[in-house]
Amino acid sequence: MITSFLMRSFDRSILIAVAILVGLAMLVPALNLLTAPDHPLHVPTYLVSLFGKYLTYALLALALDLVWGFCGILSLGHAAFFALGGYAMGMYLMRQIGARGSYGNPLLPDFMVFLNWKELPWFWHGFDMFWFAALMVVLVPGLLAFVFGWFAFRSRVNGVYLSIITQAMTYALLLAFFRNDMGFGGNNGLTDFKDILGFNIQANGTRAALFAASALMLALCLILTSAIVRSKYGKVLVAVRDAESRTRFLGYRVEHIKLFAFTLSAMMAGIAGALYVPQVGIINPGEFEPGNSIEVVIWTAVGGRGTLIGPIVGAILVNGGKSIFTAAFPEFWLFALGGLFVLVTLFLPKGVVGTAGAYFARRRAELRGQAAETPNNLAVEPMAAE
Amino acid sequence: MNQTIGQTKPTSLLYLDGVSVSFDGFKALNALSFVVEPGELRAIIGPNGAGKTTMMDIITGKTRPDEGQVFFKGEIDLTKRDEAEIASLGIGRKFQKPTVFESHTVWDNLELALNRKRGVFSTLFYRLTAEDRARIEEILATIRMSPRRDDLAANLSHGQKQWLEIGMLLAQEPELLLVDEPVAGMTDAETAETAILLKEIAKSRSVVVVEHDMGFIRELGVKVTCLAEGAVLAEGSIDFVSSDPKVIENYLGR
Repeated sequence: MITSFLMRSFDRSILIAVAILVGLAMLVPALNLLTAPDHPLHVPTYLVSLFGKYLTYALLALALDLVWGFCGILSLGHAAFFALGGYAMGMYLMRQIGARGSYGNPLLPDFMVFLNWKELPWFWHGFDMFWFAALMVVLVPGLLAFVFGWFAFRSRVNGVYLSIITQAMTYALLLAFFRNDMGFGGNNGLTDFKDILGFNIQANGTRAALFAASALMLALCLILTSAIVRSKYGKVLVAVRDAESRTRFLGYRVEHIKLFAFTLSAMMAGIAGALYVPQVGIINPGEFEPGNSIEVVIWTAVGGRGTLIGPIVGAILVNGGKSIFTAAFPEFWLFALGGLFVLVTLFLPKGVVGTAGAYFARRRAELRGQAAETPNNLAVEPMAAE
Repeated sequence: MNQTIGQTKPTSLLYLDGVSVSFDGFKALNALSFVVEPGELRAIIGPNGAGKTTMMDIITGKTRPDEGQVFFKGEIDLTKRDEAEIASLGIGRKFQKPTVFESHTVWDNLELALNRKRGVFSTLFYRLTAEDRARIEEILATIRMSPRRDDLAANLSHGQKQWLEIGMLLAQEPELLLVDEPVAGMTDAETAETAILLKEIAKSRSVVVVEHDMGFIRELGVKVTCLAEGAVLAEGSIDFVSSDPKVIENYLGR
């Protein structure tokens, strides 16, 4: 059952994207580790981490696309799930520091010693084990999304109202995580990580491995989402997007349909956040910033919502642009981003990938039409008469 | 009246008694009582604001009545259930404006409507069986849309969307079908076709049709209920109802 479910996910574009991601997961670490620094094909470590970061953004955009592009739920709080996954990973990395912190406390992270805390808060227990932290990476965002969605979808909160309360949710979390007595490092967040699974987090090899893990995880989630949107459930998702009450009168429990997609999407966002944190070396409340969630929407829109490749392309394009642009004209980036969103909405409503896809589909249809001109006309005629 | 209608409750398919609902002080339904027998095809007429659509909203769980009883098959209280539950009990509804899933193909629209398990996991792992395929083919033939199965619903004409929606209701296999203005905006030829289609459908289930088009009602040739100001004004054959002075004054005469 599971295999036939997953096999369904492979059409040509997904197959190509997965092949590229798996290829990158092998090629980039190889070019980084096996070539000399002066070799023309050498990929410097900072680029490996930079692109690794883009891949986690791409995963976040893919997660958002599942609910926005396919089910019409415009979540403006997806960065919150990403940050929660990031914090779970950050807590594990903090516990790995052990006695190597500035205060040399074997149990308490530096910021707790600084705040004069005597013992580890209950919610920090277990995070010294990787498997536990990995579980929390998906469970915490998943649970929050489940509870939030349960109430929102049952009360039939829709459209712009839902967007606003998701935005309020991420803002509330921002304020909460800023507080020192929440126990998550307050303003400074969690940083100064030393190692992950016993490997030095600064080492080239670890960085390359994290890049590969991000690429492979993105490929895996792409296969999963593709299988989901191609199943009958995926068709119901689109049905809810297009005509919610019709779906309801057909007997579907729209709130359950939405809740499943929303929870799964939050879990994927959490995984993205967990892969992001070790690559950038810090997680702080700034990740809950409402603007971050809105940026994710822009990446998805630019790439093409409702396509699976679109958000990945969009996240990489926009963030690549951001890296170049903020280095050249730092003051103008926000204007460029805003302008981009306006231009895409006006001229490329389906995004880069959606527009290209429509173009190729038209070309193919034209070619087929020319090849089969005569029989096609014959088939059409009786219908027109009817 | 309550006495006589009360006796029909156990054998009726749909039973409404003394149903009232008001919106911001406006009485949309005023002690409406109405019974549909199993296998019956019933037409409902009435001026705008008579409460025809509100009645459908109440039967399908979209609106809760302020008072009154609504029973399906004599014992299932519909006022306590929501849209999805009522739909799975076997009541299908066609909207006034044709509502189909525009970005799905005709085939997928029918597949989604097909009376199968509706849960998240049953749809996630659903596979189209030969039986389901045959059923969809059959419905495609009934609604005369077989050649257009792979077209997006968005590309259908208005009349074809209406038929597709009727097809989706058939796929749902309801025992009671509520059809709101099926021929609005249709050509005369399409209207005639739709009358044939509805009569065919009514052979195996009960159908309630709300319509303004008197020619169409005449073509159906069934029992007619005329609503006005949220209550039943007259009930009987088309000739009987259309000669009723109250009906002429309230509806036909204008």
